[in-house]
Amino acid sequence: MKPGGPLGELLDLETIDGAAIDAFLTDRWFPLVEESQATFVYRGEADEVNLRHWIYGLQSSQPFTRVEGTDLWYLVMELPDCSRVEYKIELIRGDGIQWIRDPLNDQLAHDPFGANSVAHGKGYAFPSWAEHDSEARPGTLQDVVFNSKRLGGPQHVKVYLPARFRSRRRYPLIVVHDGPDYVRFAALKIVLDNLIHRQEIPPVIAALTHSHDRLKYYGAHADHARYVVDELVPRLEKAYPLVDRPSARALMGASFGAVASLHTAWSNPGYFGKVLVQSGSFAFSDIGKHRRGPAFDPVVEWMNAFRADPGRPTDQIFVSCGTYESLIYENRSVIPLLQSTGMQVRYVEARDGHNWENWRDRLREGLSWLFPGPLWMVYE
Amino acid sequence: MQHRSKVVLLGPQRFKPTLSSALRSLDIEGSLAVITAGWQEREGEVEELDEHVGFESTDLRLYERFDRVMAEDPELFEALRRRQDRLQQLQELYRVRLSHTLEAARELMRRDAPAELLPAERRSAIRALRTLDSGHLRRVAAIHQAFEENWKPGERPAVVREREEIAAVIDGCAGIAVAGGHVAVLLNRMRLFGIGEMVGDRPVVAWSAGAMALSERVVLFHDNPPQGRGNAEVIESGLGLFRGVLPLPHAGRRLDLDDPVRVALFARRFAPAFCLALDDEVRLDWEDERLIPVHGVRRLDRRGRVLGVSA
Repeated sequence: MKPGGPLGELLDLETIDGAAIDAFLTDRWFPLVEESQATFVYRGEADEVNLRHWIYGLQSSQPFTRVEGTDLWYLVMELPDCSRVEYKIELIRGDGIQWIRDPLNDQLAHDPFGANSVAHGKGYAFPSWAEHDSEARPGTLQDVVFNSKRLGGPQHVKVYLPARFRSRRRYPLIVVHDGPDYVRFAALKIVLDNLIHRQEIPPVIAALTHSHDRLKYYGAHADHARYVVDELVPRLEKAYPLVDRPSARALMGASFGAVASLHTAWSNPGYFGKVLVQSGSFAFSDIGKHRRGPAFDPVVEWMNAFRADPGRPTDQIFVSCGTYESLIYENRSVIPLLQSTGMQVRYVEARDGHNWENWRDRLREGLSWLFPGPLWMVYE
Repeated sequence: MQHRSKVVLLGPQRFKPTLSSALRSLDIEGSLAVITAGWQEREGEVEELDEHVGFESTDLRLYERFDRVMAEDPELFEALRRRQDRLQQLQELYRVRLSHTLEAARELMRRDAPAELLPAERRSAIRALRTLDSGHLRRVAAIHQAFEENWKPGERPAVVREREEIAAVIDGCAGIAVAGGHVAVLLNRMRLFGIGEMVGDRPVVAWSAGAMALSERVVLFHDNPPQGRGNAEVIESGLGLFRGVLPLPHAGRRLDLDDPVRVALFARRFAPAFCLALDDEVRLDWEDERLIPVHGVRRLDRRGRVLGVSA
């Protein structure tokens, strides 16, 4: 793609020297985003420079072009409106390969593996409801530890209690798979604080669970489903004032956590009235062997069974997925199936990938749909 | 009904409380009846409020009293529940018509068209909205009236007893403060216990949902709710302790005041009432049948602007 804008003007110069490059780089945000294209820029010596990203559908490595006779590299790429793309820059020098964050871009997204640079397409706006709001009364996190017979050994759960928690009130419960990661990388505590403060959801209690072997136990594992229903929820019901009915009980998770959520609901129909699943790893096969690796074997086996007989796992289910992730096919495929069960289904796509900030950005829509708050009626 | 009392409307009180200075200006000190029914289960948690005003207020406990009446009078409880179901159904039907009528008005407010054609179309669209709103209010009022006539709640022993207690408390107070919260819960409780008739000539200070409940009509609003179109809707008449004003608590946060089309449509739809933003530190007085903007009052105008209002 031919560069336009400021880079195009630079390339049109008769002589592109260090001073001209300095001037081009000064006081600009990178990547440059104009209409539906982004211009990535790197300055430095290398044999090759590539953009490494996780956009399904594009080559995962996109080569930069060197501006002849300089150490400036660029790549112009299509970036549809409202996109959010995480990436790294790959530098190849001799036999050495190095992936770095974009030195010209301080927008970062963190995940359990570190951090990536982030490019935002035109129209993307950081959600204000995911930022700390000094007006929002903060909820608290309590540590709960108990022994599980099902999973064998101590289970550590963090329990989110809303601001102004009162033991004489009754609260809905959300069981959040990978809960601590949701808090750390998707700002879940801030989001809950803010949405409750804004009356967009009612005060809720959230059980933030995690697994020491999530690929095993979140992969449609019967012991996990039994642990949630036979051990975790009853334990929480004893310790906290929870509303004892399905419509006030929800499961939530992303990726394998989404599989765990849907599988747990499916294994216990009528127990959880609400499910929120994001970028679910809902791999299946129509014929033959799937190609997603051994961790997916039990998932595919269960998804095939689920597709054959979905039952009615819950009453309301919110599903979100990024259009830039490979799981978009599986997620789109599961929607008509879910709808066929008579459940209320809400499905949302975003131009984003398989990452925590994509999941963060959909939380408001999902949570407020499942648990509508009294916003419309309350003026504090 | 003409009320002789002075009414003071304030902005939200949580972060920049101005209640104390308002009470001082009204010479109310040491004997204040407070209504916090809009806080629902948190009713009566007035420690912060008392600390701010510097004396112990008396919460009228309308939410608690309401629950007590319902427990004592299950027949009335069932009747009220049926009434609320009916009101809710009516509100849902109104919303169906409202969304289409409002969409048409918005479209016309945004569209370019020949100057000799467009204004009349816009006026018609707004007139349709106003007709829809007023018709809805009439139907809601008819349901309330039928309920009053059939059940005469003010004559039922459990209600009478609570009303007498409330009246006795109010008699001993120099003024009444009405806090915010859930506006329908607040208004229902105030209406059941006849608070409007008990005010007399005492000054009333109200903020947020409290101000809405005392107005002539209650309008729910939010331009950017997490779900739905954010169509402002009338819900019912308020107690009408002041006139000509539509109070809009937290307008700066709940309304898109930078969108002239939304602002203009809002102002024209609810005219001739003044649509006034009740944000932090605002004070607006109603006395001798007239409005006195005391501090920070802003008005949504028919041209889509948000203008300061001076005395």
